[in-house]
Amino acid sequence: MTGRVEGKVAFVTGAARGQGRSHALRLAQEGADIIAVDICEGIPSIERYYAGSTQADLDETVRQIEALDRRVVARKADVRDFDELKAALDEGVAELGHVDVVAANAGVFAFGDKTHEVSESDWQDVIDINQTGVWHTAKAVIPHLIEQGTGGSMILTSSTAGLKGTPNVAAYTASKHAVVGIMRTLALELAPYRIRVNTVHPTGVATDMILNEAAFKLFLPDVEHPTKEQAAAVFESTNALPIPWVEPVDISNAVLFLASDEARYVTGTELKVDAGYTIK
Amino acid sequence: MPGRVEGKVAFVTGAARGQGRSHALRLAQEGADIIAVDLTGQIDTVPYAMSTPADLDETVRQVEALDRRIVATQADVRDFDALKGALDAGVAQLGKLDIVSANAGIFSFGTLDELTEEQWSDMLAVNLTGVWHTVKAAIPHLKANGGGSMILTSSTAGLLAIPNIGHYVAAKHGVVGVMKTAALELAPFNIRVNSVHPTSVNTDMIQNSATYELFAPDLTPEQRTKEALAPRFQTLNVLPIPWVEPVDISNAVLWLASDESRYVTGLEVRVDAGQLLK
Repeated sequence: MTGRVEGKVAFVTGAARGQGRSHALRLAQEGADIIAVDICEGIPSIERYYAGSTQADLDETVRQIEALDRRVVARKADVRDFDELKAALDEGVAELGHVDVVAANAGVFAFGDKTHEVSESDWQDVIDINQTGVWHTAKAVIPHLIEQGTGGSMILTSSTAGLKGTPNVAAYTASKHAVVGIMRTLALELAPYRIRVNTVHPTGVATDMILNEAAFKLFLPDVEHPTKEQAAAVFESTNALPIPWVEPVDISNAVLFLASDEARYVTGTELKVDAGYTIK
Repeated sequence: MPGRVEGKVAFVTGAARGQGRSHALRLAQEGADIIAVDLTGQIDTVPYAMSTPADLDETVRQVEALDRRIVATQADVRDFDALKGALDAGVAQLGKLDIVSANAGIFSFGTLDELTEEQWSDMLAVNLTGVWHTVKAAIPHLKANGGGSMILTSSTAGLLAIPNIGHYVAAKHGVVGVMKTAALELAPFNIRVNSVHPTSVNTDMIQNSATYELFAPDLTPEQRTKEALAPRFQTLNVLPIPWVEPVDISNAVLWLASDESRYVTGLEVRVDAGQLLK
């Protein structure tokens, strides 16, 4: 039986670890070759929350894709730097022949301050990566997709915070709402080319981005050193299903559906993988 | 490689033909056994020929050709006792219930001032009350099963208004209300509930002379060919296609039915070629 994205090439940003690595692996399991980029370094304003990815992380993604007998072109690149991102993608397309699927996944999470207390630099870092980085990703890949003339599927990672307000998470919430605006505009612009554009909206995902003491304190501000177990109960209270968070593969399975021809007429939709978070 | 819903049992309403048959077959291809019901008869206010017992027999034949089991019963979603009886008998035979596709639906049209009492009540009875009956009949089995996935067929008309089908718009919006309420009520039981929202689908429900007249009142009946109508339907969509195929909806149903979407609930999944963006 052929894979569900057999023969396609997927461009994944933020692929060194977490959801990005999971997307790359899930797509590779189903037959795709991968162009992977990641910043592979810490971002100063974010490092007080959690550590950045490393070159070793990206190398591990490469190793796991190759273990699946798929090809991968991996480059260290920052989504904030359009020229660097474009060069990485162009090299990948030159080597792998084409690009069909895009997972604009790279993102950061900063939180904890009231909106009027967020620093200029914190705001700018989040917007530059989560919002402008998604636009850069789209801008770099669209010429390839149009020139190929074979359609394509772009999946932009938003969040439940792209659909609802979240107190003390202003920049992230603004950036993830903006991703929906980018998606809807692109879906209209690109439909004549049969290029589909959709967003995914995860609730909390069990990655380094939320499994850290700083994130736990956002939910348990009165506890000095909250544990994962204490945080789990509070995270669970935000979902309808009785679970604290989902796993990266749950988002990857949604990405896979949207990437595959099973979703050939799905465009302009916000696909939530949120355990009922947004209907509570 | 096991199928994506291997070993599960799926209840599909309106399974004799069209989207319902497609859902039953797609789920069976991926390893599910099927409990199928259909009215297999006509409703007076529906302006196109509805399904027949022969259609339901053909669904049975095609599911069995995939080496899956199927229990098929003539039943009307408007009749809760009959529907429950068919489902209970199916579960008794196949052992359990995991998946529900509340798909049975009808289409008719008229502006709000033109619609008759019968058109309105038939529409609400089938497309909304029928969905509630399906959910109501299935919930005890899903709770006994320790979880499950229900997929309620709404429409793009469940999310936006379309002139000339106010009763259909009302019923399909109502389905979203049932879905969200059920998702909240059933989350503690690991039962997920989502809706699918197709744009026009290439089935008998739209490929008929009455619907063609709605889309092309300016053409003569002889001029109303499928080819002539396609551009009219295409104006609804953003992607350059007039309609989607039943399998496109089935693939969304399959994803929602499978454990790949184990934490997806309360969601409106659109398969609408971008119609909602317009």
